[in-house]
Amino acid sequence: MNFITNFPLFTIVLSLFSGVLCTMLSGKTARRYTVIYECVLIALVSCVLYYTVRTGESFTYVMGEFPAPWGNEIRAGILESLLALIFLIVMICSVLGGSRFIDLDLDFSKVNLYYTLINLMTAAIMAILWTNDIFTGYVFLEILTLTSCGVLIVREIGRTTLAAIRYMIMNLLGSGLFLLGVVLLYDITGNLLMIPMQETIARISGDHRTLLAVTMALGVLTIGLAIKSGLFPFHFWMPDTYGYATPTSGSVLSSLVSKCYIFLLFKIYYRVVGIGVFEKLPIANILLVLGMCGIVLGSVSALHAEHINRMIAFSSAAQIGYIFMGIGIGGTAGYTAAIFHILAHSVTKSLLFLTTPRLAEASGNSLLFKKLQGSGLRDPSTGFFFGAAGFSMIGIPIFAGFSSKLLFASAAVGSGSRYKMVLIMIVLAVSSVLNALYFIRTLIRIFSEGEDKRRTTVKHGALYAVSMSTLIAVNLALGLFSWVFTGLIEKGLQMFG
Amino acid sequence: MKESRFSKWLFGETDVMENILEMDEVHDESREQQKREIRHIRREIRRSRSAMKIASAETKGFYALYHIIAVVSCILLIGVLLFVVACLPRYGVENPETTAMVKRYVEDGLRETGAVNIVAGLILDYRAFDTLGESHVLFTALICVTILLRLDRKNTRKDYEDYYTIRTEHFHDISKEAIMRNVAAVLVPCIFVFGIYVLLNGQNGPGGGFSGGAVMGAGMIIFSVAFGFDTADRVFSRRLSAWVTFGALTFYSAAKGYVFFTGANHLENHIPKGTPGAILSGGLILPLDIAVGLVVAFTMYGFYSLFMRGAQVGG
Repeated sequence: MNFITNFPLFTIVLSLFSGVLCTMLSGKTARRYTVIYECVLIALVSCVLYYTVRTGESFTYVMGEFPAPWGNEIRAGILESLLALIFLIVMICSVLGGSRFIDLDLDFSKVNLYYTLINLMTAAIMAILWTNDIFTGYVFLEILTLTSCGVLIVREIGRTTLAAIRYMIMNLLGSGLFLLGVVLLYDITGNLLMIPMQETIARISGDHRTLLAVTMALGVLTIGLAIKSGLFPFHFWMPDTYGYATPTSGSVLSSLVSKCYIFLLFKIYYRVVGIGVFEKLPIANILLVLGMCGIVLGSVSALHAEHINRMIAFSSAAQIGYIFMGIGIGGTAGYTAAIFHILAHSVTKSLLFLTTPRLAEASGNSLLFKKLQGSGLRDPSTGFFFGAAGFSMIGIPIFAGFSSKLLFASAAVGSGSRYKMVLIMIVLAVSSVLNALYFIRTLIRIFSEGEDKRRTTVKHGALYAVSMSTLIAVNLALGLFSWVFTGLIEKGLQMFG
Repeated sequence: MKESRFSKWLFGETDVMENILEMDEVHDESREQQKREIRHIRREIRRSRSAMKIASAETKGFYALYHIIAVVSCILLIGVLLFVVACLPRYGVENPETTAMVKRYVEDGLRETGAVNIVAGLILDYRAFDTLGESHVLFTALICVTILLRLDRKNTRKDYEDYYTIRTEHFHDISKEAIMRNVAAVLVPCIFVFGIYVLLNGQNGPGGGFSGGAVMGAGMIIFSVAFGFDTADRVFSRRLSAWVTFGALTFYSAAKGYVFFTGANHLENHIPKGTPGAILSGGLILPLDIAVGLVVAFTMYGFYSLFMRGAQVGG
């Protein structure tokens, strides 16, 4: 057994330990430590990715001396390690790019606790990506829920506390529904490990009544995770949650946490229910419709927002809609598009959330569009970073956003049904126009001269520039070499089943 | 003959109630003022017609709809779930494989884990990874509450000072009462002994880290209530609890990391299982129970102390 197969375990245990360790460190040391250890994690995960690509197969790892189904198990394939790698890069860039605001927004005595939460969140993300056991997924989902509320309330202004309470209520509702679904599935299959569950479900799904129970369990699970990730009818907590949080929190919540929930849902469809059974159920079509509604209505709400962070948050709702639409289209092409969009959006959205507070800083600490006039000229580097992210959101070629839209369109063409194809194409066109409308409007406002023409006196650290450039580089890599990534995702999906 | 206190009391020479103040209605100026202000604002709202319109529209339209939707959706959900339960395959009859896992745990659990208590063996050995996560859930909750309630530069409660001083004035400090102290002096050691017993016997009988830790945490809270928060805070200081939590969780991660590593790589595990039924049995279950118990106890006490500190102005 190759030594690299131990690495997924190391990432989880190391993150948990780091979280506990950071409570004992001072704020500054905690930040340094977090950055260093996240680099170690990136190295570990890259090794896993390299190993799985080279051997061409996934591996399972027994947690303890008891083999599955009696003990716990984790599993690593190309798909999980690729997602883990990109997520970790986004995480480290968010921490570095927003560290100045962490120091500004938080009391100095609580900065180390913030890094504790970030590290525990990393542990939860890693565990959810690697897990092969649905109940382990639930346990780490709880950690993710709590830490995401924690990173919201650290700012200690009234609005974030209120947003955190609302977010927590929604999240707990989602967790409860998820647990209910897990219990129902456990009752039906008598197993918590994914592959044995899938085998049992495949065997008994011929029975009409059992299939109905499976559908209901899956529906409850889907609603739970859709609430948590913010699919269309449940997206109203988004603007307050993302809009007023500390930049790092906003970036991490919108680009990693909600994606993690979606990936867990996808994992359940693919590995617990089995894609053969799943495609027989009506759930995919419901997700398709809700996703499309989310795309259009999220974009329309973004158009009406008076506040730049609220606009970006509503656009998040639209992007979550894209991902669910990809799952709804189905087939390898649809799933590839959805996973690719998870990557593209997490890279882009984090960049947006990290740059807007700096633009606001150059305009008298106001995020209102009126005040932001000309902020891109007052702070050119941030304006450049924001512009790049905006282009990616609109879908200008060479950026990641273009590739993912292309993938969605081609998935729609190959979906088989003509009505579906036409409908998806229309939604894609409408949403592209809306996206372009609100982002180009914002870009014009930022880069046209305002009353205040003085350059900003705020000095950005080198680390900020480095982390933002890294995000743009990953974005461009996703856009320019999309065939590499789609190839990896397709191979990963083959292993996944 | 010198009269004892008892005989004095018997013959009515002392008043037992003399040291205890009777609580009477304290006229609470600032709260009265708050109430007056609220009444004033309400009157103003009633006077202005436009505000009235909005308010009535909100109450009539929105809340009526809200209640109807809430009730209907709850009833729907209950109906759907009952229907699902009716659809489930009969346990063990229509899906016989569901009992296979349970059978193994019940039949081979003692031999494989060395724990008489199957539940302890299940959560700390078979599915130890989940429990590792679960104990970190508690820790995360503690961190979140700490962030919310620990006083700092931003969270000084200056804005609410009136409110909190009012509360401390009215707060009847129970720790000065003899009954509380004397009962607690007897009770607290018993609670601790019981908690430690439950904790240490987790592998042999009902109990374990979570329940034993909860009992011990309750003991710590009673101690703090009876002997004053400041005394308790000196014993279980914030520093101590931070170190204990850190040590326990680190030990947990390290021990379980070692077991996962050796198990997956088929290396020899050097931890003896012991004879089932003895205190030192069940391999790692006992030390892990102690670690979990400490985390649970200090988390419970941590919640209590954070809320108490919040109640004390500038505490």
